[in-house]
Amino acid sequence: MDLKDTPDQAAYRQRVRAWIEEHRHEAPELSSGLHAADPTAFRTWQGTLADAGLVGITWPKEFGGAGLGPIEQVIVSTELRRAGCPGIVDHIAVGNIGPTIFTYGSSAQQERYLGPLLHGDEGWCQLFSEPAAGSDLAGITTRAVAQDDGTWRVTGQKVWTTMAQFADYGMLLARTDPDVPKHRGLTMFLIDMRAAGVTVRPLRQISGAAHFNEVFLDDVELPADAVLGPVDGGWGVAMTTLMFERLALLAAFEELGWSAEDFVEPVADLPAMGDAHVRQRIAELTTELLSLRYSAYRTLTALSRGDVPGPEAGLGKIAIINAGVQASELIVDLLGPAAIDGRWGDLAMEMPGLRSGGGTEEILRTTVGDRVLGLPPEPRVDKDVPFSELTTGKAVAA
Amino acid sequence: MNFGLSEEQELLRDTARDALERLDTIASAREALDGVDLLDSWSTAAEAGWAGLVIDEEHGGAGLGVFDAMLVHEELGRRLTGTGLLGHVTATGLLNAAAQDERVATILPALAAGERRAAMTLARPPRDDDEGWTLDAPVPGGGRASLPAADAGGALSGTVALHPELPGADVVVVVATGPSGRVGAYLVDTAAPGVQITEVVHGDATRPLGTLELRQAASTPLQADEGDLARAWYTGQALLAAEALGVCQATLDLGVAYAKERHAFGRPIGSYQAVKHQLVEILRRIDLTRNLCFFAGYAADSSPGEFALAASSARFAGEQGADYATRTCIAVHGGIGSTWEHDAPLFWRRAQLSRRLLGGVEDAGDRVAGEIITTARDRVAAAA
Repeated sequence: MDLKDTPDQAAYRQRVRAWIEEHRHEAPELSSGLHAADPTAFRTWQGTLADAGLVGITWPKEFGGAGLGPIEQVIVSTELRRAGCPGIVDHIAVGNIGPTIFTYGSSAQQERYLGPLLHGDEGWCQLFSEPAAGSDLAGITTRAVAQDDGTWRVTGQKVWTTMAQFADYGMLLARTDPDVPKHRGLTMFLIDMRAAGVTVRPLRQISGAAHFNEVFLDDVELPADAVLGPVDGGWGVAMTTLMFERLALLAAFEELGWSAEDFVEPVADLPAMGDAHVRQRIAELTTELLSLRYSAYRTLTALSRGDVPGPEAGLGKIAIINAGVQASELIVDLLGPAAIDGRWGDLAMEMPGLRSGGGTEEILRTTVGDRVLGLPPEPRVDKDVPFSELTTGKAVAA
Repeated sequence: MNFGLSEEQELLRDTARDALERLDTIASAREALDGVDLLDSWSTAAEAGWAGLVIDEEHGGAGLGVFDAMLVHEELGRRLTGTGLLGHVTATGLLNAAAQDERVATILPALAAGERRAAMTLARPPRDDDEGWTLDAPVPGGGRASLPAADAGGALSGTVALHPELPGADVVVVVATGPSGRVGAYLVDTAAPGVQITEVVHGDATRPLGTLELRQAASTPLQADEGDLARAWYTGQALLAAEALGVCQATLDLGVAYAKERHAFGRPIGSYQAVKHQLVEILRRIDLTRNLCFFAGYAADSSPGEFALAASSARFAGEQGADYATRTCIAVHGGIGSTWEHDAPLFWRRAQLSRRLLGGVEDAGDRVAGEIITTARDRVAAAA
């Protein structure tokens, strides 16, 4: 067991490190939160990184990627963090959307979209969740209706859409056939966010900041070539997106680089460090964070031996939220009420919402229980029933 | 980067699993609570070569590391096997490092072959917030018991109360305070005059405890410094963590199997989220502990400066996990899970005893915090 680079990896790390040293003065200052307020400067930086081959490390070369493995991806993330430089700004685009396009897209779609996406020249957002469909994603009601001339018209509402206010394009999941069971009548589309009928409205959250958006689609016209993958085969496309997301999360954790020392540093000189209860709380958050780090090493080893990331990755998401809650609340507890407004209070305020983001804790546990432990699924009353006959479906039709 | 098991390690683990499945250790764990002699699994350990795991090949051992011993201990925990291997591995690890002494080198082959069994009285290294080396046992009125004392001739006097793995040992490595006031390691033969071990069972018959009484007992002083003694303590923590992992896995397997077959209100109880999510929480804690066990195994060999943090983290997560897992296993089974005839209470007993041994889960957590606080303070000082 070792954490050493192979000679090839060491040479790669050396090249990456040298490049960063030479170019770090071009990077914008790292923001403290999980979301950038204004991505313009970060976009430019992503383009600089992309020109150097440091974006899309695991993407195949033919699509502009580096054609390397997840270990090299983590090398890049680690070196950027080490230098105090930001990484890519459009994580969802590079991690989820791009790979879905190179897996399912036509060659025309791949040629048109992938380059500008990788360079940050065009921003992207993922239009999946809806006000009435989050955990039950296949229950979405946004409707795309095929027209006689082959175009589509789309009406509906999406929510929790990260970066939509800056996005040029979106990857949209919509219902194309309401008269079949819910998973079977969905199709994925690529949509121009500046098309007529698209309205983006920022959604202010608990902290007062607006990291997400609502997106309203009012009879938006989509061309025939906006379809990504098979018509009515959108569920399979969405599942592929989620598989790539698990892979992307690994690198994102590493770039975030949360360590127990970082969280203890602001309170390290307080007398409370001698308090037995405080020390147990520090131990709790430390074990979660250390576990995530070594979990990443184990997963990377498994991936390099040919494994595919499975649903157990959801356990890592639960762990990082646990750790974030414990750490931010410990710091605010020790620093007192004034800390509620500030860096640590802001983090504490982000955590309750993040518990539901990227899969609620409950749905993640259910998925792991069914697919990893092989426990019997809950009975599904909507199984094999046409969507239009379900309560949600009827309500939309009415 | 290579952070997975090697083929040899997979073989070691699988062989251990197979060998232990042939022994009815779990029935024995139950019967032993009623006074029947515990199944002797030491011969299995000796035949499998586990007695020599951490002893160098030149002394008849396999020359493997702490992580390999942890893999075996996970399987021992899964089957509630009371081998005494934890005491043997901590003791022989220290003896192997002191083998430049001819008297030590002479006894290693018999220990490696399992012909003789070793144990060790593990002493608590000082933490960032306390004073010095002590025994784990609390004393009335506060504080913890002092180490036995060695005189200039190496004769040992003192008591080590309720320490795991001592009963049945042929030799014991005793951590004691030397005549100059420094802590050191001393080897005693349990058959020698002035050495007495009294066996007691508290809660879990597969893990008998021993009280060692030393009255001017002759010993061989060992070449071991404080770093070696601390390493032995943290090796014990890592092995207990690995055992706890095995306990978690065994109770998860029991719980999942029952949740699939037991029906209520027309469907298997495992389909209910209230049951499913608790079983997934066991799995989550297994993952947590396993990741930290990998860290501990890696640190033991490749990053000794992190071994205290890694082993304490693994112990903290593992014992808490085993507590949660064994309680949940009983709850998932309903009333039957809390009966004498069921296996679930035996695992619960193991978890309840183990998490209170060798510093217990609180001391492990305290050490994790101490390591992090020290690092954070160093950073603050460096920045100032």
